[in-house]
Amino acid sequence: MRVLMFGWEFPPHITGGLGTACFGMTKGLAKNGVDVLFVVPKAHGDEDQTNVRLLNASDVTVDIDHETERSYWDRVQYMEIGSNIIPYVGPEQYELMVEEQRHATRGFRSSVFAPRYEFSGKYGANLMEEVARYALIGSSLATKYDFDVIHAHDWLTYSAGIAAKETTGKPLVVHMHATEFDRSGENINTDVYAIERRGMEAADLVITVSDWTRNIVIEKYGINPDKVITVHNAVEPSDKSLDEYERSGLKNKVVTFLGRITYQKGPEYFVEAAFKILQVDPSIHFVMAGTGDLLQKMIKRVAQLKIGSNFHFTGFLKGNDVDQMFAMTDVFVMPSISEPFGIVPLEAMRLKVPVVISKQSGVSEVVEHALKVDFWDINGLADAIYGICKYKAVNEIFRKEGKEEVDNLKWEYAAKKIKAVYERAMTLRN
Amino acid sequence: MRNLCFYFQVHQPYRLRTYRFFDIGKRHFYYDDYNNRITMQRVAERCYLPMNQLMLKKIEELGNKMKFAISFSGPAIEQMEVYAPYALESFKKLVATGNVEVLAETYSHSVASLMNKDAFKMEVADHKRLMKEIFNVRPKTFHNTELIYSNEIGADVAEMGFDLILTEGAKHVLGWKSPNYLYVNAINPKLKVMLRNWKISDEITLRFSHQSYTVDDFVNWLNSLPEEEELVNIFIDYETFGEALDASTGIFDFMRYLPDAVLRKTDFQLVTPHQIVDKLQPTGVFDAPIPLSCQDEERDLSNWMGNDMQDDALATLYGCFKKVKASKDEELMRDWRALQAAENFSAMCTKHQGGTPYDYYINYMNILTDFINRMK
Repeated sequence: MRVLMFGWEFPPHITGGLGTACFGMTKGLAKNGVDVLFVVPKAHGDEDQTNVRLLNASDVTVDIDHETERSYWDRVQYMEIGSNIIPYVGPEQYELMVEEQRHATRGFRSSVFAPRYEFSGKYGANLMEEVARYALIGSSLATKYDFDVIHAHDWLTYSAGIAAKETTGKPLVVHMHATEFDRSGENINTDVYAIERRGMEAADLVITVSDWTRNIVIEKYGINPDKVITVHNAVEPSDKSLDEYERSGLKNKVVTFLGRITYQKGPEYFVEAAFKILQVDPSIHFVMAGTGDLLQKMIKRVAQLKIGSNFHFTGFLKGNDVDQMFAMTDVFVMPSISEPFGIVPLEAMRLKVPVVISKQSGVSEVVEHALKVDFWDINGLADAIYGICKYKAVNEIFRKEGKEEVDNLKWEYAAKKIKAVYERAMTLRN
Repeated sequence: MRNLCFYFQVHQPYRLRTYRFFDIGKRHFYYDDYNNRITMQRVAERCYLPMNQLMLKKIEELGNKMKFAISFSGPAIEQMEVYAPYALESFKKLVATGNVEVLAETYSHSVASLMNKDAFKMEVADHKRLMKEIFNVRPKTFHNTELIYSNEIGADVAEMGFDLILTEGAKHVLGWKSPNYLYVNAINPKLKVMLRNWKISDEITLRFSHQSYTVDDFVNWLNSLPEEEELVNIFIDYETFGEALDASTGIFDFMRYLPDAVLRKTDFQLVTPHQIVDKLQPTGVFDAPIPLSCQDEERDLSNWMGNDMQDDALATLYGCFKKVKASKDEELMRDWRALQAAENFSAMCTKHQGGTPYDYYINYMNILTDFINRMK
């Protein structure tokens, strides 16, 4: 079986979780005997291509007659880019990226239809232009290669997937890693919503990363439940250990929030829970690692509650600093308001750090050895954190069993389910 | 003869280094040594040495007619000892002439007077000891950090044995009254109060660089004052000379010619605060029920306290006072003093444009957490 897969990024050139997930998935598919032709807007040449053949959309030339152009143009609309449609990027980083690319922006229409086009493959100011161009390449590519199924990841690639399907008549599977509602709450970007919805309607089958996301897809996008299948994400096994890192210099327990400090991640609930816990045990320390548009608000709130000597901010962490943070952490907390999946708690568990996660997350559907609370239930959140800090037994169990559990969440198994989805899509077509 | 009193503040805080959460409990060093060293050495070169030399020369020329007052903060002295001992030597020479009155203040340039009476007393006692050790003097005149003052603080200062305090001639307290008289504290009238004439002080510090301001302008202004106004107090940061205002502005020349012009063309004499305190008759009570300072248009405390970050940091810091004191640990005491510096809290002020109050608060609280942790 052979799949033409449309992605937006591939390791090592990633800005967020999408590239990592795609990489794990393609490896898992290879183990299940599925060949993958993976299309990215821009290939850098240093990607690991052991299990996948990477196609660089920037290399594809397009020859378009006037008629095609017009019919295509009718379907593409120009859209303003707001930072909320860009996944996994904080507002400060976004400002930087826009600034960088502002000068480079050319006429939208002429560049989309140019014979050659150099993608940046990033999430910059001309993202919409790139999305439109990517779609154009979808159909062009589809005629050049032989494959059985088309698989498109997230809204950025849906138009390309649809174009490929229209050209070849092959079945289309779209993969929802996040919905516009997760990214923006109720104030959605209606253009992005429209692309997501069109993609799912055009698809033969839809894969969601959790039942949480599946419900959103059915309820808020009105997609037929029969064609929506949940395949939970997995993690790559790792033999990384925290032994080489320093332990915390504090003699007390450390509770950590790590992620973007934005509405979606529920940082406010973490602060309020910390305040409650400190009334009972003033020795515990809390850390909020990351950055985002709510950072200042959180700092103000911490100062207002007068818990600044027990509540610390680290700013954005990357690379080794993330593991260093885990090494100093006794409880990891993810109080997300809406989390399609949420890979960070799994990374924590894999490093033997006990976790408390919100029920409004996809990851809560797949792990047993974690405490799960409603994000809005501050008392419940405080109880859970306090319990893991104070009661040895539950702490020990979570450390040991949690790791074992995560080590069994392999992409190989998830890919098997994806393969079954492909097979079903092919049957539906025939 | 009427009286003109110049008073200069010498102060350099310890600048804190970037102190991350990961450092807590592991590394107990809080200071940006490099920055502290180059700043002290730059200020010594640009300001302390040339200005001291200038003032020494004036004393040689004018003898006992050349009088003024200086106040040294503890951190300024400590950093001079380490990074610019030559500057400290030159200050010692200046003080040894006997024409310079050394004032008392808080050791750390702190706002302890607003937070904790015992901590305040300790700050003042520590400073007194330092002045004795370095200059062999016993200051009799007190001035609080950034001239922070209230009736209460004045009474505390009187209790510590001072009979004269310097503060800001804040408009909102004075109303129609003039700062150019001697006043007394509202609770304890034994404490005399000398007020900074902010208008003329600011004219020198703020306007000098922007518009031409000359010795003649100053002399004319003095001569225009009503005859019964017998005391003009000009308080300026010593670092204004050569550091805040570059030598190229002519600020050194201004100070070089000013004393002669005042003595020759006016009926003012140059005095130190304590020299004239007993000679003047206080004209009334300076009533400040609410604390004031010399900072900002409002002359209030909002530079150091009032927002949540400042209040949390201050409450946490002074919450440790008893433990620090009981510890009798010299290293802890040193850090305690440095962490008290008023600059730590003005850096958390959100009133002004620029600055990074949130980052400063986070960094400061990390340090404070480590500090508290060490006492356990």
